[in-house]
Amino acid sequence: MFLEAIALSETEWQAITLSLKIAGSAVGWILLPGIAVAWLLARYEFRGKALLDGLLHLPLVLPPVVVGYLLLLSLGRNGWLGQWLYQGFGFSLPFTWQGAAIAGGVMAFPLLVRAVRLSLEAVDPKLEAAAGTLGANRWRVLLTITLPLATPGLLTGTVLAFARALSEFGATITFASNIPGETRTLPLALYTLIQTPGKEAAAARLCVLSIVIAMLSLMASEWLARRARRRLEERDR
Amino acid sequence: MKDVSRHHAYRASDAGADSNALDCRVRKRLGDFDLDISLAVPASGVTAVFGQSGSGKTSLLRLIAGLDRPDAGHVRLGERSLTDVANNIRVPIHKRQLGVVFQEARLFPHYRVRGNLIYGMPSAARPRFDDLVALLGIGHLLERLPGTLSGGEARRVAIGRALLTQPRMLLMDEPLTGLDGERKQELLRYLVRLTREIDIPVIYVSHDTAEIVAIADHLALVEQGRLIAHGQLDELMMRLDLTDRLGGFDATTRLNATVVDHDNRYSLTRVALGDGQTLRIPAVDQPKGASIRLHIGVRDVALAHTMPRGTSYRNGLETTIETIEPSPQEPSANEVRLIFGRQRLRARLTRQACDEMQLVVGKSVIALIRSVAFDSRF
Repeated sequence: MFLEAIALSETEWQAITLSLKIAGSAVGWILLPGIAVAWLLARYEFRGKALLDGLLHLPLVLPPVVVGYLLLLSLGRNGWLGQWLYQGFGFSLPFTWQGAAIAGGVMAFPLLVRAVRLSLEAVDPKLEAAAGTLGANRWRVLLTITLPLATPGLLTGTVLAFARALSEFGATITFASNIPGETRTLPLALYTLIQTPGKEAAAARLCVLSIVIAMLSLMASEWLARRARRRLEERDR
Repeated sequence: MKDVSRHHAYRASDAGADSNALDCRVRKRLGDFDLDISLAVPASGVTAVFGQSGSGKTSLLRLIAGLDRPDAGHVRLGERSLTDVANNIRVPIHKRQLGVVFQEARLFPHYRVRGNLIYGMPSAARPRFDDLVALLGIGHLLERLPGTLSGGEARRVAIGRALLTQPRMLLMDEPLTGLDGERKQELLRYLVRLTREIDIPVIYVSHDTAEIVAIADHLALVEQGRLIAHGQLDELMMRLDLTDRLGGFDATTRLNATVVDHDNRYSLTRVALGDGQTLRIPAVDQPKGASIRLHIGVRDVALAHTMPRGTSYRNGLETTIETIEPSPQEPSANEVRLIFGRQRLRARLTRQACDEMQLVVGKSVIALIRSVAFDSRF
């Protein structure tokens, strides 16, 4: 039967749900810090801004394996931060799905910050000043004027980051390894199948699945952004 | 109209009138000149800050609003220091309780008109909402998004939004800029009506004499960052040395008058001028007893020794010549200042006419004014 042929196997489901969970948590933990850093870069001038900007963009240009290795060095059980985490909280990140989420988040962070920063810079500071004269303090201005007006960019950035975390491979396999059911996301499952002789058909299925998921998330972001923009674009003629 | 729409709801919430006088002395380096202005703004009425573009008038407004920081000086509203450089006081914008209307409306595009109006509205201002919306004529726009409004509508919403914060003072920065002639007149009418209704002082920045004459009670004349004249607008309009700045060729006089009655047959209104004399002017839509302001061009007044017969002049005022001086702009003309009761009127005549009529200071003359010359649109 055709339906049986396209029905997902249990391992495929596992890879998909795991990927979504990991990419979702990755975006979840970088969202607020990402907006905060983007806001800092968009609205303030300070010493070391160029350095911060450069550091932020490192994951974009470094080989992902390097990022994964650096994560392992710092967050591994013997790393300076990992040691503290393990001894203080009995918490270990390598070889866990949380570790995979950290790796995905770090790789997606620059994309998120870039998109959010651009959209924040596009918000007219005159509107923020006007809100100030109406009695709104800085927080209220941020929450009621700046962020809502930056919504299309926020959505784009979020989806970009989600897609980036979803496709993360190098940093994940280096830092969190390739453990079925724990850190074996779609790209890792695909890689495993490619390595296994006779699994070409299964690999092709995962390949198609990846494309479908990526397309769906792009379409969702486009739809959301357009909805948000429709209101905002009705500006003063 | 004035009587029926006088709303107690527009009064400043907490403060007596005197506590809203503004006292500012600010200095700031601006490009190639220094802004250095001491200005006292009375606690009621409209004070126009008037000057050419680049004179520093908008910068002055921004310093008062707290949008910019002066290099030195202070800004005080009533007893409260808003800015005091020497004592390191700088009240942030959102705590200044000043309503600001910018050149552009600056409406929030993601809020509907209603959302914009109530953005800064404290609950205490809730009862004002309906009255103010009606006064500004924006009731039918409440559910619209700002992007769908015309320029004039957007400005009206911006004015309402600023007033609904219950400010202690309203600052307006050229609110008519960029509107075409018809829309400009319309919004100006709204503004004139509004400023008569509200009880808080207004600072109105403009470079347009006609706007100022229509709306202002007091005037601060700014040039190159300095205050070159300051006082009652009616008095400044009498000053010959300011003529070329305040209207020049089209200089006017303002008279305060009270509506006596209407002549519906000819569409005329009779108004009294305080000293018992009356004028006939084109009908105005005001009830008996309402006080109105008349604008008369200095070129629309003729003088005669006695009220002539057989002319089309409908108005003759008995006046006394206060001064006669040569016009600073026009070599053929004299500027004549007339006084009657407690009001003054200016007339521009040729020097030849003055000589032939043997006009001298202290002489009684009849000021002839054509009825159609009155501009009482505001």
